[in-house]
Order: sequence, then structure tokens, then C-alpha cells
Amino acid sequence: MSAVYAKRPPLGWTVHDSIIITRATILASFRIPEALFFQLIQPVIFVILFAYVFGAAIPIPGADPTSAPDASLYRQYLMPGIFGQTVAFAAAASTVGLAEAMQRGIIDRYRALPMSQPAALIGNTIANALRQILALTVLSITGLIVGWRINDGIWNAILAYLLLLLFAYTVTWVGAFVGLSVRNSETASTAGLIWIFPLTFLSNAFVPITALPTWLQYFAAYNPISSLVLACRELFGNPIGTQPDFWPLQNPVEYTIISCAVVIAIFAPLAVRKFRTAASR
Amino acid sequence: MIHGVPSPPVTADLAVDAHGLVKTFGDVRALDGVDLVVPRGTVVGLLGPNGSGKTTTVRILATLLQATAGTAKVNGFDVKSQADDVRRSIGLTGQYAAVDEFLTGRENLMMFGGLYHLDKAYVSERSDELLATFDLVDAADRPAKTYSGGMRRRLDLAASLIAKPGILFLDEPTTGLDPRSRIGLWNVMKGLVAEGTTVLLTTQYLDEADQLADDIVVLDHGKVIAHGTSSALKDEIGGDRLEVRLAREDQTSQAVSALVPLATGEIVTQDGLISAPITGGSTTLIEAVRALDAQQIEVDDIALRRPTLDDVFLSLTGHATEDETPAPPSRSRRRGPVRR
Repeated sequence: MSAVYAKRPPLGWTVHDSIIITRATILASFRIPEALFFQLIQPVIFVILFAYVFGAAIPIPGADPTSAPDASLYRQYLMPGIFGQTVAFAAAASTVGLAEAMQRGIIDRYRALPMSQPAALIGNTIANALRQILALTVLSITGLIVGWRINDGIWNAILAYLLLLLFAYTVTWVGAFVGLSVRNSETASTAGLIWIFPLTFLSNAFVPITALPTWLQYFAAYNPISSLVLACRELFGNPIGTQPDFWPLQNPVEYTIISCAVVIAIFAPLAVRKFRTAASR
Repeated sequence: MIHGVPSPPVTADLAVDAHGLVKTFGDVRALDGVDLVVPRGTVVGLLGPNGSGKTTTVRILATLLQATAGTAKVNGFDVKSQADDVRRSIGLTGQYAAVDEFLTGRENLMMFGGLYHLDKAYVSERSDELLATFDLVDAADRPAKTYSGGMRRRLDLAASLIAKPGILFLDEPTTGLDPRSRIGLWNVMKGLVAEGTTVLLTTQYLDEADQLADDIVVLDHGKVIAHGTSSALKDEIGGDRLEVRLAREDQTSQAVSALVPLATGEIVTQDGLISAPITGGSTTLIEAVRALDAQQIEVDDIALRRPTLDDVFLSLTGHATEDETPAPPSRSRRRGPVRR
């Protein structure tokens, strides 16, 4: 009996193949409980660090100028920042995962299959973005424990979470590109992280933009993490502080969506091109 | 619509038909005009040291790399313009066990079957069949991470076979395996060949090419330097040699003169080992024993040695095959005089 091929699925092979890769990637991530645990515990540690160590020292401008810095107010301010930082790190999973897959010959195998070639990356990026749902759940619970609240209704909160997932999906494409560009998985685990740290700290995630030197304010204002975090603060009804007069900070939801679309439009084709010419070793 | 592998053009009596393949990486000319033909149903061994261009050749044929120049058809399809048809026709097993180690053996096979766009019920049945063939039934539902090296390679090979490709590319399939696993994998490959699968095998292990390949293509520095059956290549560098080790070294010259009438060429003496080119095989061996005995020469060891592909390679290239890589696990085979 010769091989029996399937019918072309209604949504096409790219969707079909992407679902297979997504499922396999998520399934695999649950088979490494240690990695999953540390991935979840890291943002929780950040919450505790910032809420209890730095929190009392960082005033929120415009919140209430007459009173002393208020630690519980800062925790409300902080949580969207931690959400933003956490989803930004989704990129690292794609970087490391794809660099390892390349080193271990799995990318070669995908490329020698009659599958949709972009699907290998679409599946990987979707899986790594979806994994953030679990991280955001754990973080939200941690936040509720330390005094963070959703103050502006469920629909706005859902929109905030969707923006966070969109952002996670966006950075996984950057991560995929980085992972396919580095030579080995050891490099990937550093190169995958090195750009995320400055990006998250040069933003309003932990301190108000107005606290930064003027020249850095420009960078921070146009940093999509700032608009993402600000959008979440507004949508969750958390304190936002005063915002300098930059368009992204006046229209954070719009700017976040636009910048995600632009980054995907640039990095998805770049990553797919890297994939098509990827060589193992 | 359910369809099989796209039927190849009628002229495709060759599984692989490549001409003038050139591949440059910057200044490095990895392939420098390679011609390669693999008739259907045969096993061709691509033999050469590291960096000779074996893997580059396979990667071009498997659509993973584009040649700088030259043309290649696999199953009658052009590797450049009909890449998807080529991919449907081949199975590729690379130098790594390219399976997802966090998925079980069965999950891996189901995943790859899905990515070949095969029917789900077919993949499920085929997976059972392959797991049984490759002795992985007990391990089928364990993550591949827990498998031994040999088991992973078998799973990798099973994944390549899920769509029953007629053409299999095996790129150093046994590199890094222990002798037992290598022999196990050889038996699996022999079984596939017996069923009519065409195989292009790259290896740097001469005994592997000897064991499996009908035809051997020797590559060095991106060029084909020899081509033929294993025995033809061996004949090319001369036939059998008689090797004699004496109990007493002071009898060496006496022994050499006793062997001169039997030798077909110059007799070489090195480190107490007398080596004489001969024809006539075991008949000559018996004559040699008689001749030495008649002179009362004490012999420690006398043997007929067929040339190995080591010798072939050395005589073709002036360097041994294993320059930069560890030797394969040694077996009880008489080694050539060429050692690292």
C-alpha cells in the first residue's frame, strides 16, 4: 500500500501545519516542568523586588503631589510594567527554541518536508505567545495578593490582556529572527536576552518617563513597551502618572497596535527568509 | 481528493541525476563540479573525509541548499523549481537524530506524518508498523529524551519513512553510534534496500560503504575523484597482498627471496612485516606456506589481505580518510598499513 495523503484542509496547509507545530511546541514545553516553573517564578520575583524593595522610593508624579510616596499606589502602577516586561521575554523562548532546533537538525528536517515553510515559524511564535497566558495568570494572581486591582471593568481588562498577547506574539518574531541568526544555542540564550533588558528598562515600566533625562524620554516615549504598559494601566484603571506630550503616550492603544503591526511586517519576512536559508551547525 | 506521490516524468529512471554541481561559500569552493547519478533501486555511497563536500551534495539534493551552478533532478523533479515535489519524494536522515526529544516516539511520528500532509488514519497505522519494524514498540509512549543514541537514530529513520519515500538520503546515519547500534542500523537499512528503496548514503566509514553500497563515489575537496563498485575500486589500486610476520627477524631476506617467485610486484618489508602483492588468492597462500616451510623459516603469522577502502582512499588522495575525525569503533578487521 502506498502512502495515503490527506485532503487539502479548508483553511489551507499553512494553517494546518502551523496548528501541528503550535501543538507540538506547547506540548513539549509542558514536558519540562523545571523550565516552566522558573519561567513562571521569575516575574513573580520581580513583583516582590519592585513592590517591596524599590517601591517606596519611586514617587508617581501627578498621583498626589502633597503626600509622601505611597507603596501601595506604586504596586498598582508597577503591575502593568511587570506584565509588559514578562511578555517581552516571550521573545527569548523563540530565540532559544529555534537556535536549538537548528543546532539539532530539526530545522533541516522541517525544510526537507513538503510542509508550508512559514508554518514552522508561525507555529513556534504562536506557541510561545500562548504560553504567556499561563505566565499572565500567575502574575495577575500575584498582583492581586500584593494589592493590584482591576478597576475599570472586565472588557477593558480583556482588551489589556489581548494587547499583552499581541505584544508577546510580536516580539516572538524578533526572537525567531535572532534565534535563526545566531550560531548556536549557547549564544542564543545570551543574545536572546541582551536586547530585551534595556528595552524594558528604558520605558515607563518601572519608573515614570518624566523621571528620565530628557534625551532618554524621547526613546522611552517611542518605545512600544511604554505605550503597551501605559495602555494597560489605563485599561486596568491603575495610576498612570503624568505623561509628557508625545503622540504614542497620548494614544497608547493605537500606537501599540501600529507598532506591533510594523514590527511583525518587518521581522516575520526576515525570519522566514532566514529559515529558508538556515543551515545547521 | 486523495492522491499519492506525484508521478515523476517518464524519463526518470534515475533517482538522482546531478550534473556539474558547484557550491561556493564565500571564497570556499565546497563543491567543484560534482556529477552524481543514482539509478533506481540501488545504493550509492558518497565517501570522503570531513569537508570533502558529501553533506553539501546531500543538502543540495534535499532542497536545503541551492547550488551555485549545475543542475540536479531527484525522482525526475528539479531541485530548484520543483522543490515541493522533491520533498514529497524523499526521506532525509541527517547527522543528528532530528526528533523532538520532549515528544514521545509516537507523537513524533504523528507530527511528521501530519507535516507530510498524510491522512491521519494512515499515519497512525504506519506509525505502529514503523515502531514495530524499528523495535521501538516498548518505548513508543516515552519521550524521545529517554531513548539511547541508537533508538533515537531509529526513530529519526522511521520519521523519514513515514510517507514511504522511494528515495532515502542518509547523511552519516551511524556517526557517533556504538558498534552494536551501527550494525543494528545497517540491518534496518539493508531491509529497506531489499524492499527496493533507493539510497544515497554519505559516510566517512569505509566499512559502512563496503557493507551497504552497490556503487561508491569518492569525493575529495569538492570533486569526484573515483567512482565504481567497491571491488572495482580495490582492483584499481592492486589486488590482494600476502602478509608474513616471522618469528626470527634474521630470516627476513631468506623469506623475501622465497616469496619472490610468487609475487606480482615489489615486496615491501616494514617493521618486521613482509608484504607481497600476489594474485591467485588462497592457492598462492598455500604455495607460500610450502615455500617458507621448505626453507625452514619460522612463521608467526601469515595472512592474505584484501585491500580495504582505506588503501583505496590513500592511494587516490595521498591522505587517509580519517584525518580529522575519530576512528570508527574498531572491529576485528585486519587494518591496512595506513594508520593515523
